[in-house]
Amino acid sequence: MQAMLILPELVLIATVLVLFAASLKKIKGTTLTVIALAGTFLTLVATVLSISASGTIFAGAYQVDTLSQLIKFLLGGGLFLIFVMCRDLSGIEEEMQNEFFFFLSLSTLGLMMMSSAVELLTILVCLEISSYALYVVISFRKGEGRRTEVEAGIKYVLFGAAATGISLFGISYIFGLTHSTYLVDISAQLPNLIQHQSMAVIGMVLMLCSFFYKLAMFPMHAWTPDIYQGASNETTTFIATLPKVGAAALLIRLISMTGPGVTEFTWVLVVLAVLSMSFGNLAALVQDDIKRLLAYSSIAHAGYMMIGLLSGNQLGMAAVIYYIAGYVLMNLACFVVIYYIAPRGENITFEDLKGLYRRSPILAFTLAAGAFGMAGIPPTVGFTGKFVIFTAALEKGFYGLVVIAMVNAAVSAFYYLKLVRAVYCQGEEGAVEKIELGIGVKVFGFFLIAAIILVGIMPQGLMSMADQAVAALL
Amino acid sequence: MHMEKYLILNTLSYPVLSLIMLVPLVGALISLVIKNETYLKILGLLVTLLTLVLSLPLFTCFDLHTAKYQFAELRAWFPLLKLHYVVGVDGISVLLVLLTTFIMPFCILCSWRYIKKRMGEFIFVTLVMEAAMIGVFISLNTVLFYICWEAMLIPMFLLIAVWGGARKDYASIKFFLYTLCGSIFLLVAIVALYIKTGTFFIPALMDQEFSFAYQMWIFLACALAFAIKIPMYPLHTWLPAAHVEAPTAGSVILASILLKMGGYGFLRFCLPMAPAATIYCMPYLIALSLISIIFGGYLALGQTDIKKLIAYSSVGHMGFVTLGIFLLNDQGLKGAILQMINHGITTGGLFIMVGMIYERTHSREIADNSALGMVMPIYVTFLGIFCLSSLAFPGTNSFVGEFLVLFGAFKKSVVVGFLAIPGAILAAAYMLRLLQRMVWADSDGHAHHHDEAVGDGHAHKLDDLSFRELSMVVVLAIFVFWIGLYPAPLLNIMDASVTHLLHQISVGGSVVPVDPHSGHQALLELGNWCKQMMTF
Repeated sequence: MQAMLILPELVLIATVLVLFAASLKKIKGTTLTVIALAGTFLTLVATVLSISASGTIFAGAYQVDTLSQLIKFLLGGGLFLIFVMCRDLSGIEEEMQNEFFFFLSLSTLGLMMMSSAVELLTILVCLEISSYALYVVISFRKGEGRRTEVEAGIKYVLFGAAATGISLFGISYIFGLTHSTYLVDISAQLPNLIQHQSMAVIGMVLMLCSFFYKLAMFPMHAWTPDIYQGASNETTTFIATLPKVGAAALLIRLISMTGPGVTEFTWVLVVLAVLSMSFGNLAALVQDDIKRLLAYSSIAHAGYMMIGLLSGNQLGMAAVIYYIAGYVLMNLACFVVIYYIAPRGENITFEDLKGLYRRSPILAFTLAAGAFGMAGIPPTVGFTGKFVIFTAALEKGFYGLVVIAMVNAAVSAFYYLKLVRAVYCQGEEGAVEKIELGIGVKVFGFFLIAAIILVGIMPQGLMSMADQAVAALL
Repeated sequence: MHMEKYLILNTLSYPVLSLIMLVPLVGALISLVIKNETYLKILGLLVTLLTLVLSLPLFTCFDLHTAKYQFAELRAWFPLLKLHYVVGVDGISVLLVLLTTFIMPFCILCSWRYIKKRMGEFIFVTLVMEAAMIGVFISLNTVLFYICWEAMLIPMFLLIAVWGGARKDYASIKFFLYTLCGSIFLLVAIVALYIKTGTFFIPALMDQEFSFAYQMWIFLACALAFAIKIPMYPLHTWLPAAHVEAPTAGSVILASILLKMGGYGFLRFCLPMAPAATIYCMPYLIALSLISIIFGGYLALGQTDIKKLIAYSSVGHMGFVTLGIFLLNDQGLKGAILQMINHGITTGGLFIMVGMIYERTHSREIADNSALGMVMPIYVTFLGIFCLSSLAFPGTNSFVGEFLVLFGAFKKSVVVGFLAIPGAILAAAYMLRLLQRMVWADSDGHAHHHDEAVGDGHAHKLDDLSFRELSMVVVLAIFVFWIGLYPAPLLNIMDASVTHLLHQISVGGSVVPVDPHSGHQALLELGNWCKQMMTF
């Protein structure tokens, strides 16, 4: 019954194939939407069913454990939510809508496989599956000139290819030092190597570059603002959420191999985390395009997550899973607003947000929940995530780092507050055009608000699962 | 971990503390679906009154003979971090909870006509605010405390930013960022305490014996957050901006309840958890309190805007509170706690009075609101009562509090006592000046004729207080005189807890030796100098 182990992947592959067939038949409209939603919903159900599966297949290269199953659940749920949110595809070229669903499902498949991969080359192949699908999708944006989206697409390819190259270079170092590409073998030797061989530190840092790239982590962050701005709102929603979940899972696997000790490698990560947070937050302060603002804020959030990762203890790693789950919810809350404010798929600025509470109270509240969550104000999931991450880092004695992170959180509060102020406190005069929303969108908004608050004040369920997931690794 | 030994579990027929936190939240949710403005206001009033009624047993059933935490509730919350949902009140926090539930109906009533737009959101925000404020005072767990402490920022920010005056953007963001920056180190301290002791439970944290250097860090990290909130010179600059721009209800919440959280934080965190550091830092904090008292009073003397005047007077009054707290003797602490309650009632009353006159003349300048005695006799009567209370006139509530603090100060040191006296004189000066201008006339003797054209040319007559307004100020005035003439019930409630707190400080402060070589040499010399001055 080995096939049952990879049930979610199989269901998603079937969905991908059906979508591929549908694209050959040029199926459009409601039928297409139903196929995409049904396929991803079944995937979600499959991830729930196989949440407690465990085992190793494909000659030890593919491991199904609590971590991978939890991440697959987050990916499946995230993809379903994104398809529910963007089902009209108002920002995508008419003839590309079929391929949009197809490629995003394919990319998610790559991410799901990546969360189970425990062999370096397998990891790399899964990473490329997820990346290549995205390279194509970015330039699907509807528009006259098509210049920015093609520019964005090419930038994403070039940065992605460079990141993969650097990673391969790092893998070659690691392989040279350990004579294996299996994580099991590497993790047995790595803690010792890291302490005595600076080559191992360099190799590890280079190898992680691909995942830094996916997570939008300094120094592989440069693509983020342009891609967020250039890609359609639907694609950006995907790029801002799911690849980061996959990258976080892999970073947990790879960094946990280096052992619990504080080494040179840890200090490299500390420096990267500080730069990522500070650069992201400072740059976000002056943005006017909301998607660019969220891009810079995602660089900052990568820094917060890195604090949990580099703490290297069980609590920190578990907190990263919790944080990334919350981050998906908060990002969706922001992007659902962007998506429905811009019916023709254009980018929005602070000007468009003014007086949103009069145009659509539910969208305004959703954005406020997302923004306050990302700022880390209780009682939201963003606060609880930061709180647990900082607790883990302080356990390791990183007092200075946590203070820097907290100062960063205070700086970031300013631009998140600017969002809330534009929505609630400006544009009170004059006639406004109400935004007509279907009941589905309203329910979606309420779901996100409730999730952001409830997961925040009752973190035990998700955190204990995340705790189990990382317990096996350490 | 034996948490029960610090608690007396709730024996009332309903979980009183959780309920008074939940009722406003449920009310807030209901307010989302109501569209009619009048119904919304009635809903807000009913919910706040219901909360008040539900909280009354805290006063009547309070056990005066114990310093344990009463009406406590204990539930598992986040086992992974050994985090419990635990709430309870002692003699200090019960008074502040009651103050909160008592003041909130006034916040709805004073907004009856003042708030002209977005009533639904106003009620929502106010009720959420009430729940968060009650949460701060009842939580016995540092995390729940911090969550409520921070959650308050959102509704308060919105109160100022949506319904505020001309410079609301500036004031609201300044308020938010100032307070947020203060709480950063509070969170670090909370987590650091957890890592050191393995618990978030406040009473258990009070029983630890930390090294002196560790206590210093904890004390400084917490004191920064609380000194910003209370606010203490030189961290007070957010207060006048926020007070002036906030709507009446916002000013009342800020003055009556929010500022008290700073004082409460000192009493709950700094003093019992870091007693040695408290004793060590006492001279500086007394010095800062004295500066706050005199500086606040001096600035209030120069204001032409009534709200700004009251805002600066709050800095002075809260200076008396911190002075009383850091005198670390029985009279000082009791005076400080009583003064927190008094300031809540009196300054709340003053802000409500300012709101009333602003609704009529659309100006907060003293010059535009002068010589009201002829046209609004009832209004100026109550204004007089609150002004006299604010300057601690004998027979009013503030007299008792301020007297206790000054008594404690003289007991500690004659110098401190004499330095605090000018603050009381300044208070008399600026309040009587305000009263004189508003009741009688301008300084040059000319009275405005309010019955004629005012300001923009619209002739409008100044009506005296309506029934709604009168009922508010009468209730507040009753409390002004009740506490002024018979403060015993309040002092009895806090007695056991204050004694226990002093015991904690004297025991904790004597066990851990002050280490003069732990890197605070310059501070130490300054401290010795201050101590010499104080033993004079």
